[in-house]
Amino acid sequence: MSEDKNIESVEAGKEGLRTDANPSKKTLTHTPSVAMREFAETAAQREKPPEVRPATKLQLVSRSTQIKEAALASLFFICAFLAVLGVALIFAFVAFRAFPLVTEIGLWDFLTGTTWSVAEGTFGAVPFMLGSLVVVGGSLVIGVPLAVLTAIFMSEVATPRANSIIRPAVELLAGVPSVVVGFFGVVVVVPLVSALVGGAGFGPLTAWIVLSIMIMPTITTLSEDALNSIPMGIREASYAMGATKWQTIWKVVIPAAKIGIIDAAILGMGRAIGETMAVLMVVGNAPQIFAGISAPISTMTSQIVLEMGYSSGTHRTALFGLAAILSLISMSLVLTVRLVSRDQHKKRKKVKKGGVA
Amino acid sequence: MSAHETKYSTVLQTDPLTTSYYVRNLEFWYGDFNALTNISLDVMPSAVTAFIGPSGCGKSTFLRCMNRMNDLIPDTQVGGKMLLKGADIYGSGVDPVDLRRRVGMIFQQPNPFPQSIYDNVAYGPRLQGVKKKRDLDDIVEDSLKRANLWKEVKDILDKNGLAISGGQQQRLCIARVLAVQPEVLLMDEPCSAIDPTSVQKIEDLMAEIKDEVTIIIVTHNMQQAARVSDYTSFFLQEVAGEPAVLVESGKTSDIFTAPIDKRTEDYITGRFG
Amino acid sequence: MGTNLNPNNEQRKTGMQVLKELKEEHKKSDSGLGRAHFNNRVALGVLWGATGVTIGLLAIILIYVSYHGLSVVLQDFPRFIFTWPEGVNAEGGIWPTIIATLYSTGLAMGIATPIAVLAAVYLAEYAKQGKIVKTIRFAADSLASVPSIVMGLFGLAFFVETLGIPLSMLAASLGLSLLMLPIIMRATEEAIRAVPRYIRWGSYGMGATKWQTVSRVVIPTATPRIITGLILALARAIGETAVVFLTMGIAINLPIVPTDSGRSMSVHLYLMAVEGINLPSAYGTAFLLLLIILILNLSARWISKRYSRIEGA
Repeated sequence: MSEDKNIESVEAGKEGLRTDANPSKKTLTHTPSVAMREFAETAAQREKPPEVRPATKLQLVSRSTQIKEAALASLFFICAFLAVLGVALIFAFVAFRAFPLVTEIGLWDFLTGTTWSVAEGTFGAVPFMLGSLVVVGGSLVIGVPLAVLTAIFMSEVATPRANSIIRPAVELLAGVPSVVVGFFGVVVVVPLVSALVGGAGFGPLTAWIVLSIMIMPTITTLSEDALNSIPMGIREASYAMGATKWQTIWKVVIPAAKIGIIDAAILGMGRAIGETMAVLMVVGNAPQIFAGISAPISTMTSQIVLEMGYSSGTHRTALFGLAAILSLISMSLVLTVRLVSRDQHKKRKKVKKGGVA
Repeated sequence: MSAHETKYSTVLQTDPLTTSYYVRNLEFWYGDFNALTNISLDVMPSAVTAFIGPSGCGKSTFLRCMNRMNDLIPDTQVGGKMLLKGADIYGSGVDPVDLRRRVGMIFQQPNPFPQSIYDNVAYGPRLQGVKKKRDLDDIVEDSLKRANLWKEVKDILDKNGLAISGGQQQRLCIARVLAVQPEVLLMDEPCSAIDPTSVQKIEDLMAEIKDEVTIIIVTHNMQQAARVSDYTSFFLQEVAGEPAVLVESGKTSDIFTAPIDKRTEDYITGRFG
Repeated sequence: MGTNLNPNNEQRKTGMQVLKELKEEHKKSDSGLGRAHFNNRVALGVLWGATGVTIGLLAIILIYVSYHGLSVVLQDFPRFIFTWPEGVNAEGGIWPTIIATLYSTGLAMGIATPIAVLAAVYLAEYAKQGKIVKTIRFAADSLASVPSIVMGLFGLAFFVETLGIPLSMLAASLGLSLLMLPIIMRATEEAIRAVPRYIRWGSYGMGATKWQTVSRVVIPTATPRIITGLILALARAIGETAVVFLTMGIAINLPIVPTDSGRSMSVHLYLMAVEGINLPSAYGTAFLLLLIILILNLSARWISKRYSRIEGA
């Protein structure tokens, strides 16, 4: 940060010299954007005849270099802006294509309708919203405890040597494509569930198992980061009081890392809601209301993949409506994490003054 | 180094029960590195003992042997004898958790838990099974008073332990340890990271509680050692890579006025270290 | 709480006395500590178990897919890799799908990398900390959180139907680059921020301009980590199915120009798995996908490990 300041002050100095020589351009320096200001400066400079400059002026950096610097800076800005543009475009476009829903189906009918039938032209989103909720909820119930316990094991119990095996394994599990996990679900989990609870084996229970495999690595990695950021000193303090390892973990380490672990779970939830292929392959894909752990259902994501290819008109609008709901949910999860960690950040800042290691 | 012989200005005890700690020929290894060798020492009860010496001379390592905190570091080994009130703390069947409930420790960096001040002090008693709110209230108040902190925090007991000043945090850590009524209090440079007012308060409280609690303090500060301690031990690692030794041990007044070993004299008068 | 703590009362035991008695009791019976140790052992056992399940799941997936897939791939090796699928059941090899996958992800990387790296340079080096940076970072976080199916839907409706690009390598790679952008951006920004300040001071101190410092000192120092990020983003894109399914098409075709359509390995695996007509091909494809991703992950680890060793020295 402070090297930026150095450079700024150098630039401010240059500016001062320049405006002395050319006071009429002074207002330009107040334009809001940094890149624009730098453009303006170089433009102002180009106009200046060289003989106006006092001979004593220090001019080691050539003008062409300065122009190049400013041009590069604005190029970088444009690239960064593309990210913003991309997101805005996605959200705007999805909203735009979903909007006709209001007149064609009616927002209320769409959000509360329990029947989805392409043939009859009725599009109610409830079966899929409920389906996503059931699938995500169940996978969190299985995945979060497993993931957090694994993270605790890695940060508090495992030796460095054990971690040199566990950590790559977790990262690798995170890298397994969802279509491969889905395939594994089809050939292994589906027959297993079918044998255990009867039916075809496609349904919520299978989806829970498959989806919890998908979200576990995310939650494990993020929780472990949160646990590792807790200073060693407070663990030592607890051991020195005669606490056992578990007492230290349960009463000191976990409370201290609570917010980070909650963040991890929320992000895992985001991953679960957006997960498509793995769920699509095992959930059964019947647009029905949840009716037990082995009755096929469908989710928002899987329905989009299934029907997008041949949809048109109102049907397509309804699918975009599902996408809009998905986007809203994932966006609000990001916002939630931001709010939660900002609160913690503020607290930390206040606390830092106390001089903790 | 094997030829090394510690100088004692007080006679070593023969009965372990008269001492708080009774240490004979202690050795310590980090992996292959022999960090401490041939340490023999008595720590007298109801007194303050100071460990002094230059940085890296093993005095903190030795201190961490006294409540087996070194057990938490993988690949360490201890040899020799260390008795607490006559009981071998490295004996088989001795539980480090049990030991640490009898021997409290204060660290260089104040390390309160990120919980309320009250919960910090109540932590130890809760571990030991005190459940009633009234009993806990008693203990919290009593311990904070003994740590010279009560007046400053009595109205903010539910505030986060990290939200008070560094010096207050250190006294909070002391209160937290005193709340479990330890027999011994180990202090690892407790005053090196805090403000002078709090240093004064900590030195005062040491004098107040030393009748009940044997205190061992590691310090870099010669004046502090002279001010607060009754006994002093001087550690030194003369050559890097060689194990550290105990050069001299005895009454503080003797060590500071009539050191027996030349190296002790050099260190105290500031000629090295 | 606070001031209204009970003053010590003569009629009852003080807290300290209670504690002392408890300690005496523990010393005699060893019950309190015994329970703590018992709980400790149980809890540690649970932690071991949970970790075992996590690692076990990975092992089962890897072993199961490899066991079935390896025999498919090794039968008349390298027939499965280098021949075309034939007939209604797509028997034979998967050569065109491998090429389609490499083609589209390579193209996507070519599109996403320059934009993402330069954007990260802007965020880490040029931008003043403030509203603009916050907005951009929030946008990148949101982009990373957009479900891939929404990304695919957008790709289909925008690139294909609105801009008129056919279902093709190009449309798929545009969609994939949106997916890769935030990953590369995050990795690059972290890599640049991890370059110690004094290294920059050294360059500025010699009179270097900002771009000279960034291009000759900062980026070279951060390169290994940036490459690690690129590899991980690539691995993610290779496994991605939903986006590709909606933007590339499903016809088996060997792509030559970017506007050619095709079928990626992931889509092929999906179709084989749900149709259930040719499971051996599905196993073989799944195995090859896993193998590619395993190699990419390991090389990313290897690079970052080597880098940290150099940094440590």
